[in-house]
Amino acid sequence: MTGPDQPATRWDDQWEDQPAGTADEPVSITAYPNGPLLVRGPFEILTPTGEVIPPRRRTVALCRCGVSTLKPFCDGSHKAIGFTTEQEPPEPQPPLGS
Amino acid sequence: MRIPSSRGPVSSALLELLDTSPTDTPTDLAATLRERTAAALRDTSDVVQDDDLQTALFTAYELRYSGLQGVDDDWEWHPEVLALCAAIEAPFERALRERASVPELPAPGVESVAAALFELTGADSGPSVSRYLAKKATDEQAREFLILRSIYQLKEADPHTWAIPRLRRHAKAALVEIQADEYGGGRFDRMHAELFARTMRGVGLDATNGHYVDMVPAITLASSNMMTMFGTHRRLRGAIAGHLAAFEMTSSLPNRFYGNGFRRLGYDKDVTFYFDEHVEADAVHEQIAARDLAGSLATDEPTLLEDVFFGAAAGLYVDGLAGAQQIDAWTAGTSALRTAETVSVPA
Ligand code: FES
Repeated sequence: MTGPDQPATRWDDQWEDQPAGTADEPVSITAYPNGPLLVRGPFEILTPTGEVIPPRRRTVALCRCGVSTLKPFCDGSHKAIGFTTEQEPPEPQPPLGS
Repeated sequence: MRIPSSRGPVSSALLELLDTSPTDTPTDLAATLRERTAAALRDTSDVVQDDDLQTALFTAYELRYSGLQGVDDDWEWHPEVLALCAAIEAPFERALRERASVPELPAPGVESVAAALFELTGADSGPSVSRYLAKKATDEQAREFLILRSIYQLKEADPHTWAIPRLRRHAKAALVEIQADEYGGGRFDRMHAELFARTMRGVGLDATNGHYVDMVPAITLASSNMMTMFGTHRRLRGAIAGHLAAFEMTSSLPNRFYGNGFRRLGYDKDVTFYFDEHVEADAVHEQIAARDLAGSLATDEPTLLEDVFFGAAAGLYVDGLAGAQQIDAWTAGTSALRTAETVSVPA
């Protein structure tokens, strides 16, 4: 049993073998206006000490407003704080060193 | 699923008809069903909340899903059953169109449609079942909540899946991306409907599809029927896309509250996992649904723009009504179910 104030259960064992895509598929990151970054493809998310945070779904939303209770993932809280982003998307930049 | 019990002359006439063979339909039973349906539609004070009519529609629609125990599957496409559905659907859709508060329509574009949908769903300020669950609900009320939700959640995602072959291009891809996640990425034990069943079993409820159908009020059936109507009519593909968008956009935060409510009542992650999973999943889905599904659809097919917002607003209207009825019952100290006898679980 857990108390009401404990955070939601996050890393349930059964989710750890979630396939994250195939190796030849590029990773894409899409910035959704006034909301999270959606990541698709064969990505890995690591803790600061390098451990893999097992992805639980093929497409994840990463919080960029800073208030999610499920960080690094978005939990929809950005709406409650009225988070807004700059105009998206930025102009494509020339690749570095070319 | 188990056949729902009749709630009046139309549903009882339908049950009698379904008890016969679809290849050898007794004409008198079919005629009785038609006459009673016409009379009920003429006399009803509110088709949206009419127990008898919504039960009949729900029963007929269930033939499109898991079927009805003891009923010949050929009834699904039988002209008498289709005629019954059409007769109820027309005034049902009309009532929803009259009452859903469709906002001023934005220009058809991905950004404009998504922004308007976020505004519409963000303005939804009715009494909140999720806050009640988080703070006040008793164990029995929490159980009632699961029973009410079970009508849809045990076939979660299915009504919106009907729209996949009816959409094209980006909207189709977006819907597939959402639905695949709803179905656990193809893993049975991760399917959201299955996670909900686990939650029900965790509090001692029966998770068999339709087990509690006779206990839920008409508005709960109407909520499910609305989705099936939107999903199974190609004409209404804009409405089912808008409905899904609004549904996902009003889901993450409430699910956090639901999870907290069940934790407050002492349940562990076996029970709360469904809700915790939805906090994260629906934060992904709402972005895809608002922009890539609804926004793309309205851009590709601008004539559907109005229906996208109709579907969203109708969902908010019906589910708001259902939620208000639950809170009214609970704050008055009564049950939110039609009949409450099997809610308590033997110790
Ligand atoms: S971006 Fe969604 S909670 Fe931070």
